[in-house]
Parts: sequence; structure tokens; C-alpha cells
Amino acid sequence: MLASLEGAVISAILVLTAMGLSIVFGVMRVVNVAHGEFFMLGAVLAWVVTTTLGGHPVFGFVAALIVVPVLVGCIAAGADRLILKRVNYDPDRTIVATIGMLYIIQQATLMTYGPEARPVEAPFNTRLSLPWFEFGDEGFQMIWPWGLSITSYKLFVIFAAIAVLIALWIVLTRTKIGLIMRATQQDSDTAQAFGVPVGKVYSWVFGLGAGLAALGAVLVVPIQQAHYLMGGDPLLLAFIVVIIGGLGSLPGTVIAALLIGMSDGIISVFFSPTLAKIIATFLVAMVLVFRPQGLLGRAPS
Amino acid sequence: MINKINRRTALLGLGAGTGALAAAGVLPRSMGFAQAQSSAPIKIGFQKHATGIGAAYGRWYGATTDAAVKRINDNGGINGRPVEIVTEDDGTDPSRGAEALEKFANQHDCDVAFGTLFSHVVIGSAPRAGELKIPYFVVSEGHHVASGGLNRYTLQPGITDVKSQVISMAPFVANNLGKKVTMIYPDFAFGHDHRDFFTQAIEAQGGEVVAKIAIPPTETTFTRYFPNIPRETEVIYHVMVGPAVLTFVKELGEFFGPSRPEIFGFIDSLEAVDINSSGLEFLEGTYFWEGMPRHAQADQTEYDKAYRAAVGVNERGASIDDPANVSTFAHMFGCWETLNIIKAGMESADYQGPQDRTKLIEAVEAVTDMPESEDHPQGDKLFNGKTHQTFGKQYISKVSEGRLVLEHTASIEDGLYEDEVDYTTQSF
Amino acid sequence: MTLHIAVLVVLLGLFFVLPAYHVGAFSRIMVLAIYAMGYNLLFGYTGLLSLGHAMFFAAGMYGFGLTVNLFGFSVAPAFLTGIIAAAALALIVGYLALRTAGVAFMIVTLMFAQTVYLVILYFGEYTRGDEGFVVQQAQRSFAGIDLTGETERYFAALILFAICFLAVAKLVQMPFGKRLVAIRENEERARMLGYDAAKLKLHALIISGAVSGIAGATYGLLFGYVGASFSTVQYSIFPLLWVLLGGAGTTIGPLIGVIFMFYLIDISSGYTDAYLLIAGVALVLLTLFAPLGLVGTLRKRAFPWLP
Repeated sequence: MLASLEGAVISAILVLTAMGLSIVFGVMRVVNVAHGEFFMLGAVLAWVVTTTLGGHPVFGFVAALIVVPVLVGCIAAGADRLILKRVNYDPDRTIVATIGMLYIIQQATLMTYGPEARPVEAPFNTRLSLPWFEFGDEGFQMIWPWGLSITSYKLFVIFAAIAVLIALWIVLTRTKIGLIMRATQQDSDTAQAFGVPVGKVYSWVFGLGAGLAALGAVLVVPIQQAHYLMGGDPLLLAFIVVIIGGLGSLPGTVIAALLIGMSDGIISVFFSPTLAKIIATFLVAMVLVFRPQGLLGRAPS
Repeated sequence: MINKINRRTALLGLGAGTGALAAAGVLPRSMGFAQAQSSAPIKIGFQKHATGIGAAYGRWYGATTDAAVKRINDNGGINGRPVEIVTEDDGTDPSRGAEALEKFANQHDCDVAFGTLFSHVVIGSAPRAGELKIPYFVVSEGHHVASGGLNRYTLQPGITDVKSQVISMAPFVANNLGKKVTMIYPDFAFGHDHRDFFTQAIEAQGGEVVAKIAIPPTETTFTRYFPNIPRETEVIYHVMVGPAVLTFVKELGEFFGPSRPEIFGFIDSLEAVDINSSGLEFLEGTYFWEGMPRHAQADQTEYDKAYRAAVGVNERGASIDDPANVSTFAHMFGCWETLNIIKAGMESADYQGPQDRTKLIEAVEAVTDMPESEDHPQGDKLFNGKTHQTFGKQYISKVSEGRLVLEHTASIEDGLYEDEVDYTTQSF
Repeated sequence: MTLHIAVLVVLLGLFFVLPAYHVGAFSRIMVLAIYAMGYNLLFGYTGLLSLGHAMFFAAGMYGFGLTVNLFGFSVAPAFLTGIIAAAALALIVGYLALRTAGVAFMIVTLMFAQTVYLVILYFGEYTRGDEGFVVQQAQRSFAGIDLTGETERYFAALILFAICFLAVAKLVQMPFGKRLVAIRENEERARMLGYDAAKLKLHALIISGAVSGIAGATYGLLFGYVGASFSTVQYSIFPLLWVLLGGAGTTIGPLIGVIFMFYLIDISSGYTDAYLLIAGVALVLLTLFAPLGLVGTLRKRAFPWLP
């Protein structure tokens, strides 16, 4: 029970980061190794914004929620213009270039922000106890023990992620922006021929992807802390989620995020935590082995 | 010059076969430095975790090292020669660590190497120290030195190892907090040391470990592991390292809410973190092991006062310039004390240059008692020359009104254990 | 082939002219270059991008280190165990992962490598987990030669490098190598030409894994340390980076990539703490101005005879 709630929180953050990567990867066909660093930048900038503004945590947090993703998005779009565009989005060169960006962002953060993990205060954080049912000596009873609890902020994260997802889904499927993006994704040459400014779209997409990662980071930073090396795990997990879910499939990405977020929590009920992680990692890999196009991806014809 | 001859010999050896090759490698190296003038500085290579996972520690190890060297130089240096620190970043990576040692020995002509904290970097670097024949003074608190896994060139004279720390905690925990202990620790070597040594030690005190909760590395949230804590638990024993420590302690608090068992933790779980951070209020009344009390105590010694002033930390163990910047106070004293031991060792060995490196090691091996002093502000130390490991007092503090107040001091004897190795029988 | 011999002669000559520190550095570079060559075989020649090669490096390293430490194997059989462990792992991984292609292959290899990393931690009782363990000096001599000396280390690294280097160079000139390139260029067409693409890819992966395993075992042998950090993602990305920098699908590219990256960090860290910043900028500039890697670009622009 607790494991699944915690899993949901992990999944919620993961899905936002993964959506960002999925859009970039889907539309531009490039592997952005620096994606995790945009996540990290989001968390670090959230700390900067909240501490500069001071005042009530809610005020700082809301400000960070608005400012930080835009800021990170602009940085990413700038990097796209400056670097990726010039390597023509060649897959190999993009990998090296984004590894270079990863080093630059990490080192710049280390030099300015420092090596410490710093907390951002949650706007609200009430501890909610949950009842627990146990079959004891006196029959079925309900107890209210230490332990089973979650904080209101963690619940908020889950709902916030759902809201963002719905918004994103509407943008992608119901608006002209989404149409342009999908057109570019399917065939950038044809899209170009029809007057879509592919170069601009790429910059926007790259910025949007980074912004989503940053948004996830702002949400997570009151739970975890901002640290200059925090980008590594989100990158890998997001990458895994995108591919497992099936490229370009929004629902697939959500399902995969839930699968990854929940799996080791649930398996760890039966095995020791590390063994659970081993099994979960292996099983998720096997999903891909037997379904190379991902859960909801279309098989190549 | 000698190096060139070495190479030429090797070239001849190539023709003669591999046997001659081996002979060529036996020639001593870096003899050129022996002629260095006696006023030239003593060079100490500082292997620093400037980047990577250990960077928060590395920064404070650096600050402490600078302060200790300044003090040594202000007092006339070592054997009248000034001390110079040569810093190399190891990226908190064992492979890079070994490269740093190569730089110290072959490029910078350092006399000794020093300063590593993370165990995997120590273990990855130590073989190179033995091969390059450069004394390697680590400040790691790992049990790797005393376990016998390393070599004669690797010593840990400035900080107590984890085995001793853990053993010395057991009597206090069993007698004051409870006998049924649940341990929460990271699922890698450092955590396993805690698990194994504490389990033995608490059983010797008539207690037992009722559950062992190993947290996989790379984990960033922890709440889901806490339901495995059995209800009969009287004491939680926690130790965690890495950037996620604050999350860990916060979630521990959220999990228990108002009703909690006794909690005993290693300050590693909160090193470089302000004990008054939001979300940590529940720590009030819990206990921490500390290598050295972070908050200045009522009966603060003069040595402690002088040490804090020199390093630039205030009475709460935070930077004087930026009180939000909390130091790694429970560990970094090791750099200060180790440098003073290097000085004492070099002076008693009448150290002149790299040709005296083995004399230096023998001199340090001969050290036994190191009384509390400005050189050793953490407290008395007992060095075991056979195992190359030092043993010192350990401190247990209780959080009260947002301060870590010393509750119990474990004596050196509480942390002693049987020797597992005798490095002095190994040849140089 | 003469060019390859020339490279080896240069490496031999370097031993006699370089100062001590750089001799040590080149021992390390040659070991890592073996790893990069193993990677290049799969990525540069066959066109399969793996993000999990660290597992083969680690298999070689642990296959060597654990048998020495637990069973008291001497160097030769332990080294062989390392290679076999890596090749066997490559066989299993290949059997499963080669059902996928492209990005799915990247992810599957990444996750298998992650599994291997966690397994190493899980069996901490034997592996000492992240801390790793030391292979003692006494256990590191071969045929009476103590491989812990600087000279012996350099020549051991050079000999192993030379074997792998010449073998790979030969391999890619053989029909087998040409077929791998055909798969890289167009798998569909290669299949229509009658090549068993699945089998060829599996063979390429096994050889690639085994060569990476040789590198891992050599590292353990020559530097005396075995640790889990070598199985992390970072060590899977390194060979990709080296190969892309040096030039994918060239025999000398991996070596050049390793040398470049090693000295980029080494030299810049001597001048500033922010050496990663310099490394990052250098990588970005390199992708802008040397699109095919150092060797690839040189070959195209000026020296078509480069191997």
C-alpha cells in the first residue's frame, strides 16, 4: 500500500521527465544525453529562486514553478541553436555534443552552486496518517500505527503531474502546435516543403523537452534536494521509460513510468531491496526483448 | 638521468629477452630528487574529491588541509622546510585516484600522498602507492587498512576506522536505548561493515538486531522501505551517505510521526547538513555518533577552539563566512591530525627526501600514544603500528533544542579489537 | 598492415622517450584503448550502439579478480576465465538483446549492464561491492615476471594491445569484417545478399565483448584493483565517446580517442579546477569541426591512407 503510493510519486516525476525526453527524441530523433542536466538545472534554479525571493514558501515555490521551466527551456533552446543545429542533428555527433553539454552544465553548477545538496521548503507538508488493517488475535482490527503515512505535498505532486500531462496531451492532439510537431516528427522533409519552419520547431521542441524536465525537478525538489549530480538517474530512467513505452506513444510512456516506478517497490515486498531491483531491471529489459517496439509502440511495417 | 639509463637498459633487455626486462624494472627511480636542496619545500600530494559524489566532503577536507599546513608552516615547517600541498582531483573515482598517485610520485615529485576519504578510491589507489613506493596517508575511516587488504605504504593514523567506531557504540545503545535494534544502512561495503560489526557487538551486549534493512544504492526515496521495520523495534540504527541523506532522514521522520522508537544514527547521515533544516524537527531527543562534536560543547577545550578558528568554522560547525554552509566536522579533523602526524614522523625520522620514505613509515609505525593537544584536537589517540590504524575516542550526542549535546564519550578501549594483520612484517 | 606496425613501433619508442609519469599514463591508455577497440568492433563496424559495454569490461575484470582472490588461480588461467566470462555474457546478452535494434538495443544493453552492476553489489560478500578489492602484488606475476613494475606493466600492456590491435585490423579486412560493414550500411541488403545477419551480429557482439573483457582483466592484472565503479553507466559511455572522438570504423581511431580524452582531462586539470568545463567545450567544438572524429576527419580531408 505504502509502497504503491510512494511508487506513484516516483512515477509522477518520472513521467514528466520522460515526456520531455520523448518529445525531443520523437520529433528530433536525437539522443539528448544532457536531458538529466536540464532536470538538475531545474532543481538548482528552484533553490535559487526560492532563496532569493524569501518570504513564504508558497510564494517562492509558485514563482519557481513558473519561472524555472521557462528559464531552462530558453537555455536549452539556445543550446540547440548554438550547437545541435550546426551538427545537423546527426545522431552520433549529437551524442558527443550533448555529453559535452553535460560536462559544461555540471561543472558550471559545481562552481557556482557548490557540491552540497540543498533543500527547498515545501509549500505545505502535512503528514497524513492512514489506517492499517490487521488480522490479529481479536479478529480483524483497524490500527493507526506509526508508519503508514504520506504527506500532503506528495499527493499534490501526483495530481500536479496528472494535470500537466492532460494539458500536454491537449496541446499535442488538439492544437496547431501539436499538429506541426507531429508533422515534423513523421517526415521533416515533407513538413519543410509544406512551409513548416523545421529549424524553429526543433528549437522549440528542445526547449519544451528541457522545460518539462525542469518542471518535474521543481516538483521533486521539496522531497529530494538539489544536487549537482542529481541528473544521472532521471536521465537513464526517463530514457528507459520512453523506449519501453513505445516511441511517440504518450499513453505508453505513462504506463511505462508507472511500471518502472512501481515495479521494484512491489517486488521488494518479496525479496531484499537490491535483489528486487535486480529482478525489476531484468524484467523490464525483457519486456523490450520480446516487444522491441515498446509496450504501445507500433511495430515497424 | 637515471631514468634514461633505465630505459636504455630496458632496450638492451628487449633483445636479451624478458628476463632482463624484469631486471631493468628493479632499478630505483626518481633518484634525481635526492639531491634536492634541504631548504626545498616538502611536497605533500593531496588527493581531493573535488568533483564527483564526494565533492561536499572534498571541499572541507581541502579547507582543513590548508589550515593545518598554514599552522605547520607558521611554526617553522617540517625539519625547517616549508610544506607545500599539491592538489589533484580524483573525481571520487578509483581509476582517477590511481592516476593522481602516479602524478604525485612521478610528475610532481611529492614526498608523500594523503587525504583520501572514499573507500573505493583508497582501495583503487593503494596498490599504486605500494608500487610507486610512496607513503599514502588516508583519512577514510574505512576498515580496509586494518583489515590487511592493503600494503605497507598505506596508513590511516588520523581517524578511527568504522569497525572500531561501531563496536564502541554498542554498550551505550544496549544499556541506554534498547536491546532490539533495527538497522538501516546502504547496501554496499560501507553499510555491510556497519551491519556485520554492529550485529556482533550488540549481541555481545545481550542485545539483538531484529531487522536489517539494506537500501540499494542509487535510491533517492526511502519511505517504501520503512514498513519493514518490525513493531517490536526499540532502537533504530541508521547510517546513510551521499547526496540523498537529508531526504532519508526527513522521510524517516515523516514515517514515524509523533510516535517513534529511540533513534540512533551515525552523523554521516547528516554530515554537511544543518541539523535545524526544515523537516528534521523530529530529531529532537535522538542520538548521533560523532567523530568530533560538531557543536562546541560547554566544556570546550582550548584545542577545539583553536582548531575551529584555524579552519574557519563557528561554534555550530558551519563556515564563519557563511553560516548556512555546514562542514563535515565529524570527519575532517582527520586531515588536520594526519598532517601533524606526518610532520612528527618526518621529524623523528630526520626525513631528507624520497630516499627516506621507508624511514618515515617506520617512524610512524613506532608511534603509539598521541595525547589530546593542538595537534590532536579530536582527543587522545592510540596508534597501532602493526595494523597501520589509529584508535580514538568516539562521541555520542543527543539532539536537544536544535543542538548536538555530548551525552557519552566512548573510551579508546571500547573500540579496540584483535589485530587482523601485521604490516610491519611485509618488506618495503 | 605496415601502418599498424608503425603505430606499434611508435608506442614502443614512446617508452624510451617519455618521462616516467607519461609511461604510466600510456600503460593505462593502451588498456583502455583495447576496451575502445572492442567497442568499435560492434559500434563502428557493425553499427550497433550499445550502452552497456561496461558489463563486459566488468565480467573480464571480475572473472580475473575473483578467481585469483577466491580460488587462488594464477594469472594465466584467471585471465582466461575473465575472457571466457565476458564472451559467455556477450553470448547471453546477444541472444536476447539482438532481437532488438536501434534505440531498443541501446536500452536493453543499458539495463542488462545495470543488472550486472547490481549483481556485483548484491554479492558484496565476495566482491566487496562498490569498494572493490585489491589483487595483491604476489598474485600478479606471470612466468616469473612481476607485472607490478613500471617497465613490465608497460610492455605487458603493449603486447596485449598489439595482439588485439593487429587481430582487429586483420578481422575487419577479412570477409567477416566486410560483411559487418555491409550490415551497418544496409542490413536489409546484406540479408538479401545471402548473409546471415543475425548470426554475424551475434559473432560481432561476442568478439566485441571478449575484447572488452580482455581490457577489464588486463586492468585488474596491471593496476591491481577490481571494483564495481567499472560497471557503471559511466564506463559504458566512455568507449562510445572515445570511439566517436577518434573516429568510428577506423582501426586507429579508438587509440587516438583515448589518448585525446585522457590528455584533455589530464592537462586541463593541471591548469584549472574547472577542467570538465574545458573538456565539455572541447567536445562540443570537436563535433562542430571534426564531424567524423579525429581520424575520420583527417582521413577524409588530408590523409586518405590512415587506417
